[in-house]
Amino acid sequence: MDWTYIQGILMLAGINLIAVLGLSLLTGFTGLFSFGHAGFMAIGAYVGAWISASPNSTPAGLGLPFFLAIIGGGLAAGIVSYFIGRISLNLKGDYFCIATLGFGEAIRLIFNNVNLFGGARGWPGVPARSTFPVILVADVIAVLFLANLVRSRHGRNMIAVREEELAAQIAGINVFKYKMISLIISAIYAGVAGVFFAHYMTFIQPKMFSLTKSTELTIIVIFGGLGSISGSVLGAVVLTALPEILRAFEIWRLVFYGAAVILIMVSRPKGLMGGMELTPGGIRKAIAERNALREAKKTLLAESGNGQED
Amino acid sequence: MSAILEIRNLTKKFGGLTAVGDVSFDVREGGIVGLIGPNGAGKTTIFNLITGVYMPTSGSITFKGTSIVGLEPFRIADMGITRTFQNIRLFKNLTVFENVLTACHMNASYSFAEAILRLPSFRIQERKLVEKAENLLDIMGLKQYRDLVANNLPYGLQRRLEIVRALALNPSLLLLDEPAAGMNPDETEHLMQLIARIRTEFKLSVLVIEHHMDLIMGICEHIVVLNFGQKIAEGTAEEVSRSPQVIEAYLGTTEAADA
Repeated sequence: MDWTYIQGILMLAGINLIAVLGLSLLTGFTGLFSFGHAGFMAIGAYVGAWISASPNSTPAGLGLPFFLAIIGGGLAAGIVSYFIGRISLNLKGDYFCIATLGFGEAIRLIFNNVNLFGGARGWPGVPARSTFPVILVADVIAVLFLANLVRSRHGRNMIAVREEELAAQIAGINVFKYKMISLIISAIYAGVAGVFFAHYMTFIQPKMFSLTKSTELTIIVIFGGLGSISGSVLGAVVLTALPEILRAFEIWRLVFYGAAVILIMVSRPKGLMGGMELTPGGIRKAIAERNALREAKKTLLAESGNGQED
Repeated sequence: MSAILEIRNLTKKFGGLTAVGDVSFDVREGGIVGLIGPNGAGKTTIFNLITGVYMPTSGSITFKGTSIVGLEPFRIADMGITRTFQNIRLFKNLTVFENVLTACHMNASYSFAEAILRLPSFRIQERKLVEKAENLLDIMGLKQYRDLVANNLPYGLQRRLEIVRALALNPSLLLLDEPAAGMNPDETEHLMQLIARIRTEFKLSVLVIEHHMDLIMGICEHIVVLNFGQKIAEGTAEEVSRSPQVIEAYLGTTEAADA
């Protein structure tokens, strides 16, 4: 295997990772499942392509620099998510999930049928601006941004919403606002990932952003472990590379992919990281929790032992 | 002293069922008021109406002189009313410390940008939050369980943690929904002392729903008795326990007893 090939896989993993991190905030930390994030990726990809593609290409773009495409794609997805959220965030649990599924498919079908952006034939000639270093820098920023957000009162409020919505309300947390912010940030992440994706493939087509893509993102988040950023990173790398590693199995490839995912989920039901973070602080916390449990068991056993003697 | 909470002609109907009908009572500032009644009398519904989980069909709820009817639960919490739940609702997968730290959020005001960029304002405020949470755990005797995941706490301590989490919001009115449910007499005794203590230490008023009569009779200065959504008696422990309607609601009428 040569470096270009490995680099290609890593770039794809890095692009997936951005979308996965966003979804991780929504699903892993705020407790809202979405099967429509490919829709936000599509919005990012198309808006990004439109901003940076040359005015001479068909469909014609604006020919602006790549960083404007990133900002534009992210913002567009964020704005759309705000309106989706206004309508659907009051829905409870599974119903929100179904609403996002409908939204994701609707976006894809709109791009499929509107010829302005190339329709079903797709959009060729997107400039190849997603280079390895750029994606790497974007990933680092995305991880830091999310880690800092999660470890603040805002992140804790989102986690509280995931844990127990009514108790969060009673604790003075504006549940709707935090769900909305979580959705918008996750959509911006997905939109930015879409921009990178378009400028990596150099060709985009609506069917790249089907329900399968949304499902893949959700699988990665759950596979990595809900509520763990390091889990999402690990999940994105492993599950993007896995189909490539399994290429030797040819037509049986995806069967083995499915089997591998099932095997890992059965052996680690809480995902690879199971809510733990693979950082010095995260490991300290996990050890402290384990020790606390041992201590508590000891004291409680001692107490109940004393009680029997009375 | 004046009333911190005034409830007037409060009514809540679920379709044809009147869960709470025309109930009025006050919670005096610094007082401990007991809310008792048989199962299904509408006690928890009253809590849900006060905290904004349900909208009243009619009637008024006034807290510190302002009407709180129609406000969202988090705004009511912001104003200083907080509660615990009959079926414990902790943030189960978080540690004891994180449960309290999360609830301390109102003591900080830093924005998203300040948090993400880790600005000094974030660091200073966050340190204060941690201090406050540690302090609360310390005075409420949960310090040794700081890092234990809430779900692993013994039942009695889960109830206590719920009270600590409520206190983290700096409330002026605390609503306790059957805090002694499932506790043995010894634990109930401890809980009584705890409620009396936090009332003085945190300068709170307390409204408590309970079935343990020792607890109600022991600490409540004023008791409101409900039956089928109606207030049937009100007064001190002694007055209430002599009221014929209360005896009837709890023990049935003499005819029924004879039959």
